[in-house]
Amino acid sequence: MDEPNNCAISVDKLTKVYDGFLAVDHISFCVREGEIFGFLGPNGAGKTTTVRMLVGLTRITEGNARICGYDVVKDYKRVRQVFGVVPDVSNLYFELTSYQNLLFSARMYGLPRDLADRRARELLRFFGFGKMKDRKFKALSRGLRRRLAIAAALIHEPRVLFLDEPTSGLDVVSRRILWSKLKELNRAGITIFLTTHNVYEAFHTADRIAVINKGKIVTIGSPRDLSKKFGFQEVIEVGFQPRNPKKEEIMRSVKGVLAVRAKGGHLEIITSDSLAALEGLARFARERGLIPSMLMLRGADAEELFLRIISEAK
Amino acid sequence: MIEDLTRSFHIAVKDLREYYMKPGSISWGILFPFVFALAFMIRRGGLTEWLAPGMISLALFFGSTSMSAMSIVFERRMGSFERLLLFPVSYVCIALGKALSSFLLGVISVVPVFLLAQIVLQVPPAHPLLLVISAILGAFASSTFGVLLSFLVKQPEQVMVVFNLVRFPMMFLSDIIIPISSMPQYLIPIVLALPLTYMTESIRFSYTGTYDVVPPALSFAVTLIIGLVCLILASITIKRSKP
Repeated sequence: MDEPNNCAISVDKLTKVYDGFLAVDHISFCVREGEIFGFLGPNGAGKTTTVRMLVGLTRITEGNARICGYDVVKDYKRVRQVFGVVPDVSNLYFELTSYQNLLFSARMYGLPRDLADRRARELLRFFGFGKMKDRKFKALSRGLRRRLAIAAALIHEPRVLFLDEPTSGLDVVSRRILWSKLKELNRAGITIFLTTHNVYEAFHTADRIAVINKGKIVTIGSPRDLSKKFGFQEVIEVGFQPRNPKKEEIMRSVKGVLAVRAKGGHLEIITSDSLAALEGLARFARERGLIPSMLMLRGADAEELFLRIISEAK
Repeated sequence: MIEDLTRSFHIAVKDLREYYMKPGSISWGILFPFVFALAFMIRRGGLTEWLAPGMISLALFFGSTSMSAMSIVFERRMGSFERLLLFPVSYVCIALGKALSSFLLGVISVVPVFLLAQIVLQVPPAHPLLLVISAILGAFASSTFGVLLSFLVKQPEQVMVVFNLVRFPMMFLSDIIIPISSMPQYLIPIVLALPLTYMTESIRFSYTGTYDVVPPALSFAVTLIIGLVCLILASITIKRSKP
């Protein structure tokens, strides 16, 4: 683990047991100041439970965690001043306008009226609300609700922002706007803890990623490091005439093949040694009288890498 | 302390903006006690001096409990209650904020019933200042009781059912309609265990200058203690609601 003074969030042997079920199993990690940290895992892996323990919504069974130096349990009032939370559901108040929602959050963080007003207006401008600032939350689009939820979490100028599935359910335009704003905030020095099961989002936005599965941290590293570490870089997409062979047949006969899966009318062959696999495939096809109808070599995408990491952990 | 009180006030203002127009608040909090008082006026040939304080107490009780049931149920269901838990405030502050909005609705709901009693009876309250104090204490005890009850019910959608299961028997057993002194002996321990009994007795003394069973000093003190105990229990319940 990194030096504690470099950690915006430091987690030490954090554990959660629900009625005998071990949801989070002695996990330890450090989120460095100023980074976007992706927390990735399949459903039920323990992502949300971990975040809920960090922000004080779920009791910790064992271990401890600090955010900006404050213990999340012992310093529960002070620690809340240094982080903001955007849950997966935009849960602001329906009958309040965008401005009133922000003003309420500001006052609850103890900001004086004039400062609260200024911060609310600044954030509404930053997130492009314009005339929507006086519109009730219930009348906002999903994208605007999401932006307002983020603005509410930023009202007290936190040093750490927890984002849970920030772009879930948003269209491409809203997603892009949101990420450009989040990157801008990150450049301004805010540490972002991104919880997601969207592998692409994590790999394209995070500086480092922790993969959690069955309550345990499987690996931590930058997207590039993870690709290298798991030696999982290429995919051969191939289709044959008159028919595609069985996956097991390829796995048995072609060297360097890690996995094969059917996708549409063709096969995706995942390999750690593309040259050996291509040679083997050519021989395999000749011997069986198969004619390639399509052939493409590409780098493995994030989802494939993620599946590999999870399967290795099993 | 002052900071926490200010934040409780912000929660209350937010709740009033968010929920005061919701059907549950209006129907159970304002309309029901008023219509109930009206019904008694018509059916029993007039709102008697004995019944009037009971109706005021009923309005306070229903008004002060309906808003908390409404706001807490809605927020627990929508997940917005967790927003409050993320602010740097104490659990007592949250419970007090929730109770304060209910308190205000309770006080508002008393006004039409009080005016009705004044128009019909044309008798001024025996102790006007004590009436204000007893109404404040009653609204405080009822609102914190409502907040506590809202959190004790595990399934938010069942809150209104549970509230009415608790409120209606209390209404008939707490000196509102039937005097305690004319109740059978075996019911007295139950009657004396109900918070509404002390609240009604304190209002009765303030309004008419007489009381049924519980002396005024005791009824005022117990009402205050009930309010404080419910507030503390509600904040403990909020804390323990974390999985």
